[in-house]
Amino acid sequence: MSATLAKAAPGPAAPEPERAGPDGSFAARAWAATVAAVRSVVRELRRMPYLLLLPGIGWLIFFFLIPLYYQAKMSVSSGSLEDNFTLTWSWGTFSHAWNLYDEHFLRSLYYAGAATVLCLILAYPLAYTIAFRAGRWRNLLLVLVIAPFFTSFLVRTLAWKTILSDHGTVVGFLNAVHITDVTANLGLTEGDRVLATPLAVVTGLTYNFLPFMILPLYASLERIDPRLHEAAQDLYASPAATFRRVTLPLSMPGVVGGTLLTFIPASGDYINAQLLGNPRETMVGNAIQARYLKVHDYPTAAALSFVLMAVILAIVTFYIRKAGTEDLV
Amino acid sequence: MRWLRRNLVVIAGLATLVYSIAPNIVVIVFSFNDPAGKYNFEWDHFSTKAWTDPCGVAGMCDSVQLSFKIAILATVFATVLGTLVAFALARYRFRARGFVNSMIFLPMAMPEIVMAASIGMLFLSIGMEAGFTTILLAHITFCISFVVTAVKARVLGMDATLEEAAKDLYATPVQVFLRVTLPLAAPGIAAGAMLAFALSFDDFIITNFNAGPDTVTFPMYVWGASQRGTPPQINVIGSAMLIISVLVVLGSQLLGRRNRVKA
Repeated sequence: MSATLAKAAPGPAAPEPERAGPDGSFAARAWAATVAAVRSVVRELRRMPYLLLLPGIGWLIFFFLIPLYYQAKMSVSSGSLEDNFTLTWSWGTFSHAWNLYDEHFLRSLYYAGAATVLCLILAYPLAYTIAFRAGRWRNLLLVLVIAPFFTSFLVRTLAWKTILSDHGTVVGFLNAVHITDVTANLGLTEGDRVLATPLAVVTGLTYNFLPFMILPLYASLERIDPRLHEAAQDLYASPAATFRRVTLPLSMPGVVGGTLLTFIPASGDYINAQLLGNPRETMVGNAIQARYLKVHDYPTAAALSFVLMAVILAIVTFYIRKAGTEDLV
Repeated sequence: MRWLRRNLVVIAGLATLVYSIAPNIVVIVFSFNDPAGKYNFEWDHFSTKAWTDPCGVAGMCDSVQLSFKIAILATVFATVLGTLVAFALARYRFRARGFVNSMIFLPMAMPEIVMAASIGMLFLSIGMEAGFTTILLAHITFCISFVVTAVKARVLGMDATLEEAAKDLYATPVQVFLRVTLPLAAPGIAAGAMLAFALSFDDFIITNFNAGPDTVTFPMYVWGASQRGTPPQINVIGSAMLIISVLVVLGSQLLGRRNRVKA
């Protein structure tokens, strides 16, 4: 302790001349050291995000971006699993795939669209109830909304086979009130059955992706200040007008997010069509799955998957532009 | 009548809730069924056989174990990789931002089957045999985006002044990170990890395209069973998953409430 003090004592006197020295060597050195330190900190900060990004983004480049390249390459290759696939630039695969599966494609868009509209109609009242009318039941209702997620997706989809079974209560009721006659005339069901018809597939798709509609809707509704509703009522707006001119416009981000989150997975799904639908009326997902896993016709599978991706990305881009919600992520 | 009009939205909402919960109830009820044929779709008579002997059907419990193994590993990897990316996106400005954002957004903005088929074609082209590793690699890939989204939201909502306060109190950067930043970000990281686990455990489409003949996960098992006969044991696993998850949610809510009271 005393030694350090003794050493430090002459300190103030000693550096004085150096700092004031005409060559400014100490000041210059100190200045240079400070600049270097600041620079290295800045450089470190600049490098930091890249260090953080490198593992994750590198992973996605390798396992997400590069596979898309392989898929594109496969779609214009030919060959077989036994004697390898070679790049032959055979664009014919695309027109061949389209001629074979155009109906599957359109059916996918139609089923996914119908399921999305149904999801919106079903989800809105529930999201609205949770956001504005639930009071202390809010958390319980939210848990109930996500509860289906907690049981395996496939097991739950199989449960629809029970619910919609030919001798079940639901189909019995629909037959008794002649709803199946109406849906049969619309081409949605066949005879007095619901299983193995388009209606069953759309019911399954709607069910499976419903939480993806409810949660974004709830998130955007919950942010609305309830006083805006009161203000609208004070200004003599009817409940309908309040909804149309206040609630609905403010919930648009949720509507846009929810429709995308249901439409995208529904369009590529093949589980509902396989488990609940008619084998003659499957979706593009079933076609890709069959081409890929059953007959190992990878080029056709790649071409179909590529077109599906392009169509979905085009729809998403157009839709986001149109709806004006840029910041979805 | 006026009551009905005022509460119409609530009634419609509850009807939707019934629609979305009905299959879960069917799953639970039919776990107590003793089906007459190979398929467990029509009620025959009550039995607790499936619950007392859940592993009584060949291969099913192995498939559950495999799903757990893959889900845990995928969660660990995806959570680490995703959390780092989320911190970079939330805390730093850098040039490749647009590219990074689209690399995170695109995997979620595409039908799962596109990623399933394309990653399968990568493995095919580089000659990697489908099996445990290919499933794991594919699962990590699709889980990263969801972790990034969950963690980023939390980090952006964090109060930066708390970290500044720690620095003012002479905490080293490591201390600031371990004792302030990480605990604050923990709920987001936990949410991301839980999401990754649930997605991986229940994934079917990507697994279907990248599994080998010996790697049958639980969803793959159910898919196979849907073609050759569904034992009620499948419903037991489904019901047990539901019960465990509800307990976890309730537990975390109670914990959250207690922490709030303490604070």
